[in-house]
Amino acid sequence: MAPIVEIKDLTKSYRRGNQSIIVLENISLSIEDGDFLALMGPSGSGKSTLLNLIAGLDKADSGSIKVAGIDISLLSESMLAKWRSENVGFIFQFYNLVPVLTAFENVELPLILTNLSKKERKEHVTTALNLVNLEDRVDHYPRQLSGGQQQRVAIARAVVTDPTMIVADEPTGDLDRASAEEVLRLMERLSSDIGKTIIMVTHDPRAAKKANNMKYLEKGVLANAPEASFSECL
Amino acid sequence: MLLKLLFRNAFRHKLRAGLTICGICVAILAFGLLRTVVSAWYAGVDASSSTRLVTRNAISLIFPLPLSYKDKIRGVEGVKIVSLGNWFGGIYIEEKNFFANFAVDSKTYLDLYPEFVIPPDQKLSFLKERKGCVVGSKLANRFGWKLGDTIVLRGTIFPGKWEFILRAIYKGRDKTIDESQFFFHWDYLNETMKKILPRRADQVGFYMIGMSSPDIAASTSKSVDSLFKNSFAETLTETEKAFQTSFIALSQTILTVIQLVSLVVIVIILAVVANTMAMSVRERMNEYAVFKTLGFGGFYLSILILGESLLITAIGCAIGIIATFPAADAFARAVGDFFPIFNISLRTLYLDMLAALIVGVVAAIFPIWRAISVPIASGLGRAG
Ligand SMILES: Nc1ncnc2c1ncn2[C@@H]1O[C@H](COP(=O)(O)OP(=O)(O)OP(=O)(O)O)[C@@H](O)[C@H]1O
Ligand SMILES: [Mg+2]
Repeated sequence: MAPIVEIKDLTKSYRRGNQSIIVLENISLSIEDGDFLALMGPSGSGKSTLLNLIAGLDKADSGSIKVAGIDISLLSESMLAKWRSENVGFIFQFYNLVPVLTAFENVELPLILTNLSKKERKEHVTTALNLVNLEDRVDHYPRQLSGGQQQRVAIARAVVTDPTMIVADEPTGDLDRASAEEVLRLMERLSSDIGKTIIMVTHDPRAAKKANNMKYLEKGVLANAPEASFSECL
Repeated sequence: MLLKLLFRNAFRHKLRAGLTICGICVAILAFGLLRTVVSAWYAGVDASSSTRLVTRNAISLIFPLPLSYKDKIRGVEGVKIVSLGNWFGGIYIEEKNFFANFAVDSKTYLDLYPEFVIPPDQKLSFLKERKGCVVGSKLANRFGWKLGDTIVLRGTIFPGKWEFILRAIYKGRDKTIDESQFFFHWDYLNETMKKILPRRADQVGFYMIGMSSPDIAASTSKSVDSLFKNSFAETLTETEKAFQTSFIALSQTILTVIQLVSLVVIVIILAVVANTMAMSVRERMNEYAVFKTLGFGGFYLSILILGESLLITAIGCAIGIIATFPAADAFARAVGDFFPIFNISLRTLYLDMLAALIVGVVAAIFPIWRAISVPIASGLGRAG
């Protein structure tokens, strides 16, 4: 089976003043359908940058990124937006829920862009919220929820559109141990029960252990996690 | 759902939203009142008929014309009615009780002004009474005058105490008609002057001409004026509108200032609303980045931000307009004597709404541009 994500010779640099800093250099990477990949590495190594490129939030300087056969580096800005809404579920470190919307409405948000009826949307949202065990919190606003609960709402929002893959940038970075554990268990279940492809950036080795695959990024170069540097990171 | 979001966004900061709405409301109120003052000023002009011409002394309004001109003017082609009158300038008890009072050739004058509606019996008794006078209903109410009352005016241009008997009260045909004028018989004035100051008898302040059609105004004015060319009292004939406007021209500068101030008010409130929107949007950059991440394009962001801006201005505008009515009433009561007609015109309300719309749209432009152009990654970077 062809890999769901196929990255070839990806290079990305940022311009700061008149000098440009190379953040990612000649990255090549394949991710199989259903993989739960943990992306690790020291701070500033370019993990978020790589994740943003895969998720179609940013453009690379050169190289190609194919997701389910589509080369997203060729898509225009607006096509990319449409592609994201159909193919990517996002989980952020700081949850990024809309504070004036209830848990239900936050999860419903990405469905606004689909042509589902109101009734169908309600079914989808309810299913997603059940999946994260928050069926009793539908009418709560984010400020009425704990960090862990907010992150679970965010997970529901990420899966409600049934995307091709889910990207998560340090999803447990802002959580206490128990909540982090819960969030990770959920992500594990998404991977094992539903077979979702998940790409997760993390600093937390315990989080990385839940994944079934791991890549290590250092100074913009990708390596298979060597045991030595892995424990260094600990 | 977007609508719900838009509403909740608008009132996320209750104090800020409240203050902004308050500001818009006050601005619209001020704008509306100022516009109404301007239109009150022009009310006389708008109410004037285009089939009426005014002939006055070419040198200045304060110089009279001979009575003999009347028949000559009547001979001009296109002239149907000729009436005449003098600004009397009488004072009722005190100077502050100012109102316009004229001595006019009553029969012809009332024929020229069908917009002054008088019950036929009152009109008859006014015409029969030598000292009779007719006043507008607003003026009658102001001083509590009733039919049959004797009213004494102190002359300023024409010396002495002048006694009149109120015989008729007119109403305007519509709201644009000034109901606070005072008319009496020119013959009464002239006969009295013959007795006390014969030198000043048979002198007319202005002739009022009724034409058969408004189209011949230019040619008729020219023929009238050419009649008296090179005579000792040359004339200037213009439409009633132009005549009124020349009065107003004196205060043109003030009007310009008022109009300018009303614009400045709008510009200030634009700055306030723009600031509110810019603040709100800057705080929510991270949220807009999330929207963009989820695939919402510039169209949705524009709707959200523009909608919020318009919602706030619309509420402020609505309250402002509602408040304009009692405020205008109070204003009219305070200074009503100077503005016989003080109505909030539909035009003013439209201008209010137009101003609010422009403010709402313009205030949203920059925030929308910001929200759309900020790259997603740096927008998300503001998280936490
Ligand atoms: N918008 C930007 N403009 C300029 N430089 C940037 C930008 N975004 C990231 N960088 C630089 O790119 C490098 C990689 O950043 P990135 O956020 O990908 O690191 P990271 O591995 O996610 O780090 P962390 O673990 O701290 O999140 C850093 O040196 C950073 O300073
Ligand atoms: Mg990062």
